[in-house]
Amino acid sequence: MKRRIALLLGLALLAAPLSVRAETDEEVEAHKQVLDLTGAFTNEGFKLRDGHWAGEIKPSERALIAVNLYAGNQYWFSASAANTKAKKIAVDLYDETGKPLTTEVYNEGEKASAGFSPTASGQYFVAVSLLEGEATTFCLVYSYK
Amino acid sequence: MTVRSAIGAMVLLACGSVGFAAEPAPLSQEQLAKAIRIDSLTIPTPGELFAALEKPGKPDWASQYRTPIPMTYRNRAQIALNLGGLIADGFIAVEAQDSQQVKNIGTDIIKLAKALGVSENVLSRGNSINEFAENSEWDALHEELEATQNEVKTSMQSHRDQDLVILVSLGGWIRGTQAVSASVMKNYDEQSAKVLRQPAVVNFIHARINDISMDLRSEPLVKSVNEQLAAVEKLVAFQSGKGPSLDEVRKLHEAVTKMMEEIQSKGDAK
Repeated sequence: MKRRIALLLGLALLAAPLSVRAETDEEVEAHKQVLDLTGAFTNEGFKLRDGHWAGEIKPSERALIAVNLYAGNQYWFSASAANTKAKKIAVDLYDETGKPLTTEVYNEGEKASAGFSPTASGQYFVAVSLLEGEATTFCLVYSYK
Repeated sequence: MTVRSAIGAMVLLACGSVGFAAEPAPLSQEQLAKAIRIDSLTIPTPGELFAALEKPGKPDWASQYRTPIPMTYRNRAQIALNLGGLIADGFIAVEAQDSQQVKNIGTDIIKLAKALGVSENVLSRGNSINEFAENSEWDALHEELEATQNEVKTSMQSHRDQDLVILVSLGGWIRGTQAVSASVMKNYDEQSAKVLRQPAVVNFIHARINDISMDLRSEPLVKSVNEQLAAVEKLVAFQSGKGPSLDEVRKLHEAVTKMMEEIQSKGDAK
């Protein structure tokens, strides 16, 4: 609990870990929402990365983020919209050649997660897509163990 | 698969739907090239690397400790590189579940961070690291160490030291790879060695260093480390799904050890 409070405090004090630009209220809200979603993973021993990506996604568009994963680890990628303008979102994974990967998925309207255990270390790509609803702000984080 | 239990917990918490995703269309090389790449997600933490190595069996992490490094560097690039290395040392101590070592490294991290003139927010992280170490809260320490690193980077950016940010990541990557390659060599098996395949990480760091100011890039230590990175990129570019041989791991270890020795050396930097 102390850890989550620290995270939220960090969020309030320092909304953008690697950007001089202050995060917008919507980005802070999307981050807060996605941290709520990852709580269940944390309870299962997944460690949450402190870094995150936040930005706007328009209908039928996606944000594609490059990550580097290690064979043997389990990962959950989680995204949330800042509000209910987004009706349905998806989180998908691709390997370094752009081939889509089969993942375990969790969807709940404006929130979604994808679980994946790579057998090869290397670069992967996470896509956050707005399938239904209006343009809004999203936040992506990931957990591993 | 353990992730299923996590899904179960989520289902209890919220009435979302769980299943396997239908595969979307493949992405083109052009789409992949345009992907967002950011330090805080694209570069894995040393903790992620160490977690992967632990899967076949817990390595003897304490054997990867190094003797304390000097705290009196004057060159800011060298301080940034060593700060990253110290944060990786913190992750090693967390994996070893060694409270005293975590506290010692936490103190050193704060000393180096002070030398860079970082904000009070960073300094207060030292107290949190100590508190979590006292209470053996190892998972919390993973997050705290990464948060400390991110806060140092943010503070650097707000002090117009943004060019130093990538050097912190680089120092951490080199030290983490040094520890993991040493551990793999000690008890070689191909499966464990697979974690060392990281060409895109090195490529990303290398590209970022080539974006920093010419003045900083021309500093002897930064120039030397950057030149060696090109060779290291080749040493971590094994075929996907295949682990490197023991000899390949040894070559990588020697390369990153040479870089680490230069980084922590008190003699050469301006």
